[in-house]
Amino acid sequence: MQLIPCPWCGPRNEPEFSYGGEPAVRPIPAESVSDATWSDYLHFRANPKGRARELWCHSAGCGQWFIMERDTATHAIFATLKPGAAA
Amino acid sequence: MTARRLSSGGRIDRSKPLYFSWQGRVLSGFVGDTIASALMANNVRVLGRSFKYHRARGIYGAWVEEPNAIVDVVLGGAHEPNGRATTLSLYDGMAVTGLNAQPSVDFDAYSAIDLFHPLLPSGFYYKTFFPNWHRFEPRIREMAGLGTVRPLANTEAFETRTIACDVLVAGGGPAGLAAALTAAEAGASVILADDRFGFGGSLLWGDEAIDGQPGAVWAAAAVARLAGLGVQLLPSTTVFGAYDHNTFALSERRATAAAGWGGERIWTVRAREAVLAAGAFERPLVFPHNDRPGVMSASAALQYLRQYAVLPGQNIVVVTNNDSAYGVAAALQLAGALVTLTDVRPTAPAVARIAEAAGVAVHLGSVVLNTAGRNGVVCADIGAADATSLRAVQRRVPADVVAVSGGWSPAVHLHSQAGGKLRWDAEQVAFLPLAARPHQHLAGSITGAESLAACLASGHAAGSAAATALGLTATVAPPHADAAQPAAPAQAYWRVPVTSARQWLDLQNDVTVKDVALAARENYASVEHLKRYTTLGMATDQGKTSNVNGLALLAEFTGRDIAQVGTTTFRPPFVPVTLGAIAGMKHGALYAPWRRLPAHSEHVAAGADIREYGGWWRPACYPRAGETAAQAIQREAAAARQSVGLFDGSSLGKIVVEGQDAAAFLNLLFYNELANLKPGKLRYVLLLRETGVVYDDGVVARIAPDRYLLSPSSSHTAGVLALLEAWHQTEYPHLKVAFHDTTGAWATFAVSGPNAREVLAPLTKIDLSAEALPHMAFASGRILGVAGRIARVSFTGERSYEVSVPSGYGASLWTALREAGAAFGITPYGIETLSVLRAEKGYILIGTDTDGMTLPDDLGMSGPLRAKKVDFVGKRSLLTPDALRPDRRQFVGLLPLDPTQVPHVGAHAIEFRDGKRRSRGWITSACHSPALDRSIALGMIERGRELAQQGAEVELFHLGKIMKAKVTSPVFVDPAGEKLHG
Repeated sequence: MQLIPCPWCGPRNEPEFSYGGEPAVRPIPAESVSDATWSDYLHFRANPKGRARELWCHSAGCGQWFIMERDTATHAIFATLKPGAAA
Repeated sequence: MTARRLSSGGRIDRSKPLYFSWQGRVLSGFVGDTIASALMANNVRVLGRSFKYHRARGIYGAWVEEPNAIVDVVLGGAHEPNGRATTLSLYDGMAVTGLNAQPSVDFDAYSAIDLFHPLLPSGFYYKTFFPNWHRFEPRIREMAGLGTVRPLANTEAFETRTIACDVLVAGGGPAGLAAALTAAEAGASVILADDRFGFGGSLLWGDEAIDGQPGAVWAAAAVARLAGLGVQLLPSTTVFGAYDHNTFALSERRATAAAGWGGERIWTVRAREAVLAAGAFERPLVFPHNDRPGVMSASAALQYLRQYAVLPGQNIVVVTNNDSAYGVAAALQLAGALVTLTDVRPTAPAVARIAEAAGVAVHLGSVVLNTAGRNGVVCADIGAADATSLRAVQRRVPADVVAVSGGWSPAVHLHSQAGGKLRWDAEQVAFLPLAARPHQHLAGSITGAESLAACLASGHAAGSAAATALGLTATVAPPHADAAQPAAPAQAYWRVPVTSARQWLDLQNDVTVKDVALAARENYASVEHLKRYTTLGMATDQGKTSNVNGLALLAEFTGRDIAQVGTTTFRPPFVPVTLGAIAGMKHGALYAPWRRLPAHSEHVAAGADIREYGGWWRPACYPRAGETAAQAIQREAAAARQSVGLFDGSSLGKIVVEGQDAAAFLNLLFYNELANLKPGKLRYVLLLRETGVVYDDGVVARIAPDRYLLSPSSSHTAGVLALLEAWHQTEYPHLKVAFHDTTGAWATFAVSGPNAREVLAPLTKIDLSAEALPHMAFASGRILGVAGRIARVSFTGERSYEVSVPSGYGASLWTALREAGAAFGITPYGIETLSVLRAEKGYILIGTDTDGMTLPDDLGMSGPLRAKKVDFVGKRSLLTPDALRPDRRQFVGLLPLDPTQVPHVGAHAIEFRDGKRRSRGWITSACHSPALDRSIALGMIERGRELAQQGAEVELFHLGKIMKAKVTSPVFVDPAGEKLHG
């Protein structure tokens, strides 16, 4: 059970959070992007082993989405970022 | 002579005798006994039968390492089907029986299997019974099994707790006590857990002194001091799992009269720092026929002597490859046994003097070559440690116990579960941690410490390190124990080099040295393969004693070093944990919160058949006396079409969307255009996922230019709200809009049918005429004097009014509507009835008629895609080649040619192509329609709309039978919508 530092609430237990996958940039305007680009956006993820940027939501807490930088192999957490704070 | 209780000593209360039964025979023990110690004191030798060969099995260990003594225990209403006799306290009135034997462990008919052991090597079952395992499995399971679960009511009290602390110390032996004292004195909040009944570990049966006091006395004083410092002391508590970020799972056995026998409590502990001081397991020393009852761990023999005052045997042979067994031999000899010690090492260690002074006969460079005895050892053959034949016997001695010590394996389980790596230490002959995990500290045996002084020092160091990591300063000096004589190194000795006889590694699963050799020959060279092929270490003891011997032999047989072979993966739980304890109180009525409708009591009083729908308890229908649910559904549906029905729709979602950008935001989210919806109007909408798949449908009301009310499906309300939040926060944070779920605040009742207006009109001044309140419009006003809202919307196809009032008024409004409608025969109808009414009208149910592939056009809703100019969630996915394929499955109606036959939901429409049967789609809803008095169905069929226009027939296939049906429009009742709008 990971201990996740919510950028608003502080450290909370993992069951309070839900995982939102890798942040993806939505190709816009959607109607003018190719089928291949749209398919990449919908279905393809880097799924890195090691350091990764992920979307998480403190769904059973404040309800806010945030970016978490974390090691997918060791589960070490490096940072959680409020929207806009992320570089 | 055999095992017996001594007249003094031990931690038992001789003034409190207990009576229990073993295989129906009444025996006695004392308070302080375990089941195993009481059985041993009564000289019971055979407690069970092995898994595969059904060989007699006796007590081997004294605690959780026990592979053999698994018993069935009944006490009062509680039943433990696989109790470990070595860890369960004895209680008055316990009924204990052995397992895996017919008719009993003393005479087991299946033991004849052992005669065929040459035919039953590793992999026998795979090689013999596959691929037809299912035919043989029932019989094999009966022969090789553990306890039987009885369908008794669960009388056990389970609960769970979650807690945080500065330092968790796992293990309350000398090292753990030293660590806990150091950390607690420094000011840390400490939890100390030990799986035994009390703290002290090996101090409870050892001879050594700490700070000038006997070890057990020092331990008691340390526990008192810890209690004074506010340390949470958890005896009888096993730390069974280590998880991410220093989370630990603990199982506390609350075996007190007050808590109820068998009560178990699971603790989830988040520790800033953790000290792992779980001690070590003594390994067996493997020799031919080492599985007979009477062969036991040397340290276990000492524990029975010191803890329970039971002398396990009279003629005892000790077999060892290390120093630790010498003290055991001396203690057993001084307690009255006649002890012979064989040490595989050729030269005498310094500790030999202690044993010899006690009168033990010591034979160096020797080992037990064989044992004999039916249902237990009666004699042992001693020969040279390098003997290659069973006949190389130097002396045969009478023996009722062979106490073995093959060295020590530190309990590295928690370290490994947490992701820690291990290294093979050739000097210690053991796997030890490479380095502690972050925020974890190692203490005692796991550091390689052998002497008490070294354990205390490592415990103090671990406690200090934990305190330092917390920003605290350790203040106390380490406890002092006299430095022991330098130990002679253990000798790696994994088996007697004899090949003509079976030598057991895993006593419970009957894995022998030959099985490992066979696995190696068949190229199961990976330790994980070895484990699964031979089942080594897969029994309920998880190989706590046997694994390292097996790994060493695999190394030998594959010509490798044991370090290269490595270990299998350590996974929680460390000991078996009752599933009920993990569930805790989360079962039955407490499993999830029940949501009840505001008029729940009125529904119950009206005879409703209440069922659970997506977390809500809702009426399925309202059967009258003598009526089945199916009959009630037909009656209620007909009443709603003929006069008027009343439906409680309070569970329908009500999400308020508010803000200056509410219209713009909803237009980006929903499939349908919402910016041009006029205040006071409703619109039926779909919400898609980015893949274009229909996620939900519902009705949106525009209450004001900057205020909408969404009504998602009852079970999708939380999901829709989460989806709105996710899109707003991650993609459109610049839009000023907020969401609020008001579902629970409102009671909503649908009055539906030709007489709906007449029923409702007397209760409100809101104008209900078709002109003032047409279909898909709403009006606010007072209903029975209460501020509320009436929406003209229908899920039945009849003229319908959805009346909403604050939920506290729901019950009285329900009653008033029933009274107002009495003259029209108003009929309450449930959700199953609604499902029939909506099917007659061809209205979809999300998740019933749609699935994870359904796009809006498949449902015949393609208008918004063509008309709506702005981008919205999922739009691009509706323009892909797959979405535009002409042969997609489409939502249609189906009329079986035999109107009395209702097709099965899930039945496929089939056709033959190239001689092969293939599916053209399937039935999603089907029922008998009271309006048409015939069967109807809805389904998703390839090119369905085209087929409907042609009036084509399809063949529906279900369980080998074919039913023909005509494809039609999905709207069976009032296709022009005259009833709806009237």
